[in-house]
Amino acid sequence: MAEIVLDQVSKQYPDGTTAVDKVNLEIADHEFIILVGPSGCGKTTTLNMIAGLEDISSGEMRIDGKRVNEVAPRDRDIAMVFQSYALYPHMTVRENIGFPLKLAKVDKATAKQKIEEAAGVLDLTPYLDRKPGALSGGQRQRVAMGRAIVRSPKAFLMDEPLSNLDAKLRVQMRTSISRIQKRLGTTTVYVTHDQTEAMTLGDRIVIMRAGVVQQIGSPQELYERPVNLFVAGFIGSPSMNFVPGTIADNAVDTVLGRIPLTDRVRAALNQHGDVPREVIIGVRPEAFEDASLVEGRGEGVTFTAPVDILESMGSVKYAYFSLENAHVDSEHLAELERDTGSEEIEAQIVTELDARSAVKEGQDQEVWFSPDSINIFEPSSGTNLTAGK
Amino acid sequence: MAAITTRQRTGWTVANFVVAVYALIPVLWLVSLSLKDKSTFTDGHFIPRKWTFENYVNIFKVGGFTQPLINSIGIAIISTVIAIVLGTFAAYAIARLEFPGKRLMLGASLLIAMFPQVSLVTPMFQIERSIGLFNTWPGLILPYITFTLPLTIYTLSAFLREIPWELEKAAKMDGATPFQAFRQVIVPLAMPGVVTTAILAFIQCWNDFVFAISLTSSNRARTAPAAISFFTGASQFEDPVGSIMAAAVVITIPIIIFVLIFQRRIVSGLTSGAVKG
Repeated sequence: MAEIVLDQVSKQYPDGTTAVDKVNLEIADHEFIILVGPSGCGKTTTLNMIAGLEDISSGEMRIDGKRVNEVAPRDRDIAMVFQSYALYPHMTVRENIGFPLKLAKVDKATAKQKIEEAAGVLDLTPYLDRKPGALSGGQRQRVAMGRAIVRSPKAFLMDEPLSNLDAKLRVQMRTSISRIQKRLGTTTVYVTHDQTEAMTLGDRIVIMRAGVVQQIGSPQELYERPVNLFVAGFIGSPSMNFVPGTIADNAVDTVLGRIPLTDRVRAALNQHGDVPREVIIGVRPEAFEDASLVEGRGEGVTFTAPVDILESMGSVKYAYFSLENAHVDSEHLAELERDTGSEEIEAQIVTELDARSAVKEGQDQEVWFSPDSINIFEPSSGTNLTAGK
Repeated sequence: MAAITTRQRTGWTVANFVVAVYALIPVLWLVSLSLKDKSTFTDGHFIPRKWTFENYVNIFKVGGFTQPLINSIGIAIISTVIAIVLGTFAAYAIARLEFPGKRLMLGASLLIAMFPQVSLVTPMFQIERSIGLFNTWPGLILPYITFTLPLTIYTLSAFLREIPWELEKAAKMDGATPFQAFRQVIVPLAMPGVVTTAILAFIQCWNDFVFAISLTSSNRARTAPAAISFFTGASQFEDPVGSIMAAAVVITIPIIIFVLIFQRRIVSGLTSGAVKG
């Protein structure tokens, strides 16, 4: 059980590249914290620095108030689960799980009991005498977990532990990791590039981009009040829609129509003061609804466009619209688009409609959304002007 | 994979047989000659007409082959062990670490391997005589290590590169010191490579003739291959063919034993299951 503090921690490589830039992070005892971001954002480097596998170039890291920059990994009392599991192939499952105990010179009887306890928690008891080569992916993953939990370390570090599993198993293991963490109450730092994992697992999420922390907050906070374009685009699936807009007396002109500024939005903008005329508007797919299903449209905004593609998920329907002259060209989003490969000239608007909607592919559809659901971003810095303080 | 048909199997059997015969005939001939009586050496029969073990008895009783054999075994084993230990450490460093002069070191070791040994014999002879290593075990062990190290470093670094680095990181996280990680995780996994390399290094030391003949002057350090060349017949007019053949058969035996012992340890696919898969 431990509290981990990163104080202005940076990592520079000898060739001059900065992998991690002045990260400040306080991880409370028992907390489950997620480091998330696209590949190459420095999340794994940060984790390795916490583990001690990589040196810290500048700044200070403290575990339970003690500086650990110079402490070797084995003396930090932290366990790690690797993306590749890194099981010792020449040892049986029992020996794999017991390896940390053997190194710590725990006496045989205690070790045996602890190994069996860990195996029990992870449903590995029948496989204790097998070698990793004879196990399935999910079982190997659990052995890696077992090796981490067996010595009750101060903290768990997990480096994309689920990314090698198939989709169904991943969801199951996600829940069981969450359950084990709750049960043991061990401080956990979890690295992933998958925003769904981040949203479902974490007490708090740290979003990183190019070595810089973008935002730290609870999943809900990140979803509702992203501080900038990058966070807004990263969190949420399907991701937020962005369109260019022009502010003109109490409203924003966009391809989605003229969106009036609500009191909340206006107050937030006033707080910022210096608001440019050209802005980027972000609307979550969930904010849209089939106009015919909305009762009391109020001051809602509607637009009509032909449906490009329709995906019916059962509980909801995703309708995709292509709107011309609506593409947002921002460096803050370019990185995300490069990752997903969704670089397009036209803007694609994704809307999540109720399953009862009679929407049809190829036909015009009127879509409604509330003007209060919009986020307004400053184009050059990417700052969310409506996030509030 | 398609099932092997009878025709394919026959084809393979014939091919294997041909290769085996081709490779083994000289060896069998050696054995045959070593078992022939002096008077029948030149009779041209493949299977001896008059069987005798006299040649074998002679090389030990008269020829004094025991000491060279002990020298050979001792020198080859010591050289192999030292070369493997040093080679493993060096190969590990080359496979895992980035350090200045890494390429230079690899290049230099390759250079040593390429150097014709014959050209080094004279300087080595002079050096060893002046520092008192001439005609001693260390006098042969030293050059053997020098010439087996490039081989061990090269083969072992290739093997070690195959071992996922994450295993070592995992060992560190599990509380291992760098040496414990090396000893308990890396070495067991590199074992097939270590054994293969050890066999090659041993054979290289065992079969050496150039150094053995030039850097020794008596049975104190002379190894078996060199000793064979000093065999003499019973009289000035007699050829020591029988003794040479018997000795040649004798010196192949340790190699066969050595290979048989270690071959069982060369298990392929040992790293399967370490990472994803």
